[in-house]
Amino acid sequence: MNIFGWFTDPSHWTGSDGIPTQIGYHLLYSGVALLVALAIAVPLGIVIGYTGRGEALVAGSANALRALPSLGLLVLLFLLISPVVTGNLVYVLPTIVVLVLLAVPPILTGTYAGIQNADPDAVGAARAMGYTQRQILVRVQLPCALPLLISGVRSSTLQIISTATIAAYLGLQGLGRFILDGRAQADFAQMAGGAIVVAVLALLLEFSFAWLGRIVVSPGLRRTAAKSSSPVTSALNPSGETA
Amino acid sequence: MKKRMILSALALGSVLALSACGGGGDGNPLSGGGNTEGSSGSEVIIGSADFTESQLIANIYSQALQSAGVKVKEQFNIGSREVYMTALKDGSVDLIPEYTGSLLKYLDPKSTASASDAVMTELTSKLPQGLSLLTPSAAQDKDSVTVTRATADKYKLKTISDLKPVAGEIVFGGPPEWKTRAQGLIGLRDVYGLNFKDFVTLDAGGTLTMTALTNGQIQAGDLFTTDPGLKANDLVVLEDDKSLFAAENVVPVIKAAKENDAITKTLNAVSAKLTTDDLITLNAEAATGANLADIAKKWLAGVGITGS
Repeated sequence: MNIFGWFTDPSHWTGSDGIPTQIGYHLLYSGVALLVALAIAVPLGIVIGYTGRGEALVAGSANALRALPSLGLLVLLFLLISPVVTGNLVYVLPTIVVLVLLAVPPILTGTYAGIQNADPDAVGAARAMGYTQRQILVRVQLPCALPLLISGVRSSTLQIISTATIAAYLGLQGLGRFILDGRAQADFAQMAGGAIVVAVLALLLEFSFAWLGRIVVSPGLRRTAAKSSSPVTSALNPSGETA
Repeated sequence: MKKRMILSALALGSVLALSACGGGGDGNPLSGGGNTEGSSGSEVIIGSADFTESQLIANIYSQALQSAGVKVKEQFNIGSREVYMTALKDGSVDLIPEYTGSLLKYLDPKSTASASDAVMTELTSKLPQGLSLLTPSAAQDKDSVTVTRATADKYKLKTISDLKPVAGEIVFGGPPEWKTRAQGLIGLRDVYGLNFKDFVTLDAGGTLTMTALTNGQIQAGDLFTTDPGLKANDLVVLEDDKSLFAAENVVPVIKAAKENDAITKTLNAVSAKLTTDDLITLNAEAATGANLADIAKKWLAGVGITGS
């Protein structure tokens, strides 16, 4: 058994079950799950953060759902929907649901905590300038929430990437194929190779999120900048005084 | 900073572990490090494959041996044959219930033996050194190519050969090891000339395969012939007309160094009593969620091997 040999064998890099194809499938399942999770968690997080209501109930139950064992849930969902769903959807749906359940809580928490923790001075200043509630939310609170929101998305993404390997358990593709098939066929180079690709993929995504955080978050909100001059409040205060 | 140090230590540890994997040889990282000497003294480590029936038989072996005064350690649910045979060879397991035909095909993919006796004779000669076979049981459990009644009627299927003209429309479901096994997709392709529309990797004749088959996500699947669900769901086991799947008598495989009269006598008594119908009944009980050890206990008492 030789992991290096597994990686350097050209036949493992081509074809419908080669490494690039499986990375593609892995990213596809992960991407879909992340988009669904964003579509659920961000609006919900905004509502909770904005109204200050439902935090205990919604966030609590989201976290509780997250504690369900993924593999057990996967098989249970498959058994439940198998009689009613046809085609490949029967394998895809449970996989996506399991991943979404894992991904929702960090994004949800990041969103509402970010909104609630938006600098009260900035919010007050915006209100004094005559911003409507809606403008305050969109122009002040959401940008202020971005660093926490992005860190929520980041931890969700890592969780999804590592857990998407279980898609292979339901006959789907993805990097879990190498891990599961490697185990069943006692091909441990394949198994370890698959695990390494997952780890590298997770690291690469981690770096891209760090980079994303740099370009989309307002410079005034970066912790290092805020510490030295807190430009948000100083930028808003003068206009607050003239109003 | 302390946290960072722990993280680097972990990262370093994983790298070392991985490079150990790459270190060559046929070392199996899952078999538990360094246990090449096997179990100590007279203790017998009993293993099983990762499906219910194998665990049931392993439970039966374990309890029968215990009542005969043999010291045992249970190490069930190891994995597929590819995994536990390595464990047997390196000594981390001493005894495992096997199926003659599958084991033979594993040891010699080119073997064509099909009848029980022929399989057993060939198996005895191919068995790796240091391992030994006890008397096989009449009880058999074969892999099968199984379809629903509706599919069988639609394509007029009786034998696996009948699948040839329609294989392109059939999605086949089976365990991951089938992709590389002679007695799996390879054999179905080379012996029967079947190229399925698609192969879906599910489990070894378990709930996933059964559910996918009965609900039409797959049209044919690998199920075990002792599965009580075959009758319950009115499924059709296609006749293996080219004998790809050889006879599969249940047989204890044991480390030769561990063999002694008490063990041989006890396990031979178990093999003599065990029948294919027993396996179907035992599996049906297990399917209700009953404890495997209790089912084994009841069977042993029922056939009079242990006192009730």
